[in-house]
Amino acid sequence: MSSIPLRVPEDALKWRLPYKSRVGMAALIVGESALFTIFVVAYIFYLGRSLTGPKPSDVLEVPVLGTICLLSSSLTIWRAERAIENDRRRSFTVWLATTVVLAVCFLVGTALEWHKLIYRDGLTISTNLFGTTFYSLVGLHATHVIVGLFLLSAVLLFSLFGWIDQRQSDRFSVVALYWHFVDAVWVVVFTVVYLIGR
Amino acid sequence: MSLKAPLFAQGKTPSTLAPASTAAHQIFDLSIFVVTITGAIFLAVGGLLATALYKFRARRSDPMIEPAQIYGSTQIELAWTVVPILIVVVLFLTTARIIFAIQDAPKPPGALDVTAIGHQFWWEFRYPKYGIVTANELHIPVSPELAPKPTFLKLTSADVNHSFWIPQLAGKTDLIANHVNTMWLAPQKSGLFLGQCAQFCGSQHAMMLLRVYVDTPEQFDAWIKNQQRSGRQDAQVAAGRKVFETQACMNCHAVAGTAAAGRFGPDLTHLMSRATLASGAMDNTPENLRQWIKAPDTFKQSALMPAMQLNDEQLDQVTAYLLTLK
Amino acid sequence: MSDYSVSAHEAFGPPVSVKKRGTFLESLHAWVVTVDHKRLGILYILYSTFFLLVAGAEALLMRLQLAYPHNQLLSPQVYNRFFTMHGTTMVFLVGMPFLFGFGNYIVPLQIGARDMAFPRLNAFSFWLTAFGGLLLYYSFLGGGGLYGVGNAPDVGWFAYAPLTARSFSPGHATDYWALALIVSGFGTLGTAVNIIATIVSMRCKGMTLMRMPLFTWLFLVVSMLTLVTITPLTAAQFMLLIDRYLGGHFFDTQAGGSSLVWIHFFWIFGHPEVYVLVMPAFAIANEVIPVFCRKAIFGYPAMVAASVGIMFVSLGVWAHHMFTVGMTSVSNAFFTLSTMLVGVPTGIKIFNWIATLWGGRIRFTTPMLFCIGFLFQFLIAGLTGIMLSVSPWDWQLHNSYFVIAHFHYVLVGAVVFCIFAALYFWYPKATGKLMDETLGKWHFWLFTIGFHITFDTMHFLGLLGMPRSIYTYQPDRGWNFLNLIVSIGGVIQGIAVLIFAFNFVRSYFRGKIAGDDPWDAWTLEWTTSSPPPAYNFEQTPEVHSRRPLWDLKHPDDPDWEYEA
Repeated sequence: MSSIPLRVPEDALKWRLPYKSRVGMAALIVGESALFTIFVVAYIFYLGRSLTGPKPSDVLEVPVLGTICLLSSSLTIWRAERAIENDRRRSFTVWLATTVVLAVCFLVGTALEWHKLIYRDGLTISTNLFGTTFYSLVGLHATHVIVGLFLLSAVLLFSLFGWIDQRQSDRFSVVALYWHFVDAVWVVVFTVVYLIGR
Repeated sequence: MSLKAPLFAQGKTPSTLAPASTAAHQIFDLSIFVVTITGAIFLAVGGLLATALYKFRARRSDPMIEPAQIYGSTQIELAWTVVPILIVVVLFLTTARIIFAIQDAPKPPGALDVTAIGHQFWWEFRYPKYGIVTANELHIPVSPELAPKPTFLKLTSADVNHSFWIPQLAGKTDLIANHVNTMWLAPQKSGLFLGQCAQFCGSQHAMMLLRVYVDTPEQFDAWIKNQQRSGRQDAQVAAGRKVFETQACMNCHAVAGTAAAGRFGPDLTHLMSRATLASGAMDNTPENLRQWIKAPDTFKQSALMPAMQLNDEQLDQVTAYLLTLK
Repeated sequence: MSDYSVSAHEAFGPPVSVKKRGTFLESLHAWVVTVDHKRLGILYILYSTFFLLVAGAEALLMRLQLAYPHNQLLSPQVYNRFFTMHGTTMVFLVGMPFLFGFGNYIVPLQIGARDMAFPRLNAFSFWLTAFGGLLLYYSFLGGGGLYGVGNAPDVGWFAYAPLTARSFSPGHATDYWALALIVSGFGTLGTAVNIIATIVSMRCKGMTLMRMPLFTWLFLVVSMLTLVTITPLTAAQFMLLIDRYLGGHFFDTQAGGSSLVWIHFFWIFGHPEVYVLVMPAFAIANEVIPVFCRKAIFGYPAMVAASVGIMFVSLGVWAHHMFTVGMTSVSNAFFTLSTMLVGVPTGIKIFNWIATLWGGRIRFTTPMLFCIGFLFQFLIAGLTGIMLSVSPWDWQLHNSYFVIAHFHYVLVGAVVFCIFAALYFWYPKATGKLMDETLGKWHFWLFTIGFHITFDTMHFLGLLGMPRSIYTYQPDRGWNFLNLIVSIGGVIQGIAVLIFAFNFVRSYFRGKIAGDDPWDAWTLEWTTSSPPPAYNFEQTPEVHSRRPLWDLKHPDDPDWEYEA
């Protein structure tokens, strides 16, 4: 087979594939969802099965402020996405900074809550099943917020140096996708821990 | 050795192919049905595969061109999707009937209740109605079809997970801490049936053997009567009893009617009524008993029974005492 | 017709160039820092071959111990460590890395890409997985813990709680087990993400989803399944470590925790994991069988649909590992049905393979022989799987040697056979040399004979009531003769694998030169040189059908005129 004729069908295809990082992040999110599902299921299964106190209704307070902060950060990061898509760099920096501040507020809220639970209510991870499942689930989510915070802070830093423009908007949208996921998980965690579980 | 001997070995083989109780029979009949269907599938599909391989092997005489390319056929593919679905429906309905027949069988009023508790690496059996506690060898009455007297077991565990399995009498059921399972045995013939723990439970899982004696009504009544008595008090072995009660034996073992009330190890009130020691690790002979107390590792490494570090005299005395516990 | 002519190599292949060899240290350095998907693929495969030999040796020692009753070759503790390590190693350090190694090597070549989507993530994932394996085996040295307790994990590869609690498993061996699986799990997650992104975003022009080779399709499905399979295990391992190190109570039965929760979580991972391992085997068979019977795969769309179907059904069958834990009769019935339903898409696959063979011109090369072995054994494994799904019968068969026989039929009879097929099939692509066919056939026949002696016999031991995970058995149970047979079969398999290892090394130095396309195959990896250059293709290829090389070789009769 030294030489063979090559014929190509007429329909020349328009060839466009999805952005690989967004696909990768979506795949990671699917995996992370399974991870969270297991912790959520464990939380629900062990509701009310602690042999000793304290019970969730004794010690948990609904973190209204933190929830508002985190959920509105989804909105601000969306504004930042739009801004960088249209190359409005200053607006981007402002919205991104707002997002970072809101995330920090959420984490401070969690820190205060845990401080109260540990030092005032005496609930630690080894106290009872509630403590074990609560700190694991909320802690797992908080870990994800911290990771997101690192990513956002890095982008904010770059943006302050003036390194971010329209060309990076695709990449930024991947970070934003992660952040939306962290928010969506909070909706589930909040519902399970503070609404149903209390 | 003929093939039949190892495959269907009689005697002590705990074979699932030699069912001896209602549930085991039902499972066995179901398995024959399943094997028939799957066997037919194997012959059909395997035959097709072998035919294809033989008929379409490359030969030297073949022309040098590629065979005809066939990309698929909707009708054929539909056929081999629908037929398996039908087979699944048949298999499932047959299976479901047996699941419900065995698992949801009602408990007749005359049934015997026994609680089985799994320990690392032995079995505890309690007969709440008779006030009996024994170990490793379960006695149950035969349950003839005309006058059924099934035994209903409640199963749980004191430590890790175990599984109760007497292949000739029933499928296995796990013993899980914090969780009570139930199963029932309705053996149709008397005799000794062997089994063992079927869920890995630690270093001596392999030596967590299990014996079930299916007794005739008379044997069973006699056994119950003997088990209900307190431990024998024989003045001749008072020295051995003293060793037993002062050398930490009684921290784990109980002998009814004495100060010994430990629950961590098997109840020894009627130790000599049992054929084996250490959950079947060895026969219950005086020499084995003495050696077991002296050095449990000889028979069962890392069993939870410690070597008691007794001197020879104490060893003789305590062995003599235990030998009286009939 | 056309107005220009090219050879397959000229069409997509690289220019011929003279290679320069570096010093040993230079090439070692190059391999350690590489981000090239082909080198990483080879690293994965060498790594898993090494562990295949290690875990195989463990299996052989176990079989020697069980050759006759009351054997004292291995102490109970050592035996328990060996079966734990054998299972864990074979699943996490042999099966998955082998298959991801092939995925890494072949997928970008098959879709006409120059590398994976994220080459650096790829390298990171490999080294994580490798580190996980080292961590697991380091437990033999570092897991000593308290005096007199085990120094390697000895809780079974399923590690049922509460046996893994500190009170029942003191020392650090169990921690090494959990950590090693978390670490290698992250590696696996990274690879799965990478393969998905590669297949979705890196395909060459013209390669629509329905034109992807089935191998690539199956790796897409497997990677998606891996995403939702490996993470539950990671979650459960985190919980175990929280219990062991922070005093948590997830599986602490003294504080209201439940052993059943672990069992559920483990099998939510554990059952789909079987499909994660076996679907790459399908992938391999899908490439090898058509090439050696000289026909296009029969029913391509049905094969894709069946794979996706298996992926979804496999997520809803895990509790068939739990028929004996005391579920309700309704749950037992449900999981019986869902498990039986797996048989439908699997059946479609087997029928389509037979239809592919039908009317072909079958060449019995070593890779093809291994695929034929796979077809027969997978058929039997599927049928014994149906038997195990019948929950009342499973109450008898569960945790017996019947189950051991069944899953070795899947994991060895299907997965390992296909891995061998793949090694023989793609070895010439990766090294430029053909593996020796005579030794290959010795390997195949010895391995097949040993396999059947061992695993066919095990079914009967299970029916005769022999439970798994026991280091010895009583001489009066009627199991002696059969156990001896099983052990003899194990030794034969061991010899066959040594022949393979010899052939593998020898062919690298002495093998016949393979050329670009030794098997006269049809997918894109055979267009480039053997071994392919770092950038894979000189020109990014463009495809118009599922078999671009068929189109090139048969310009009068191209595939694109027939494919729906």
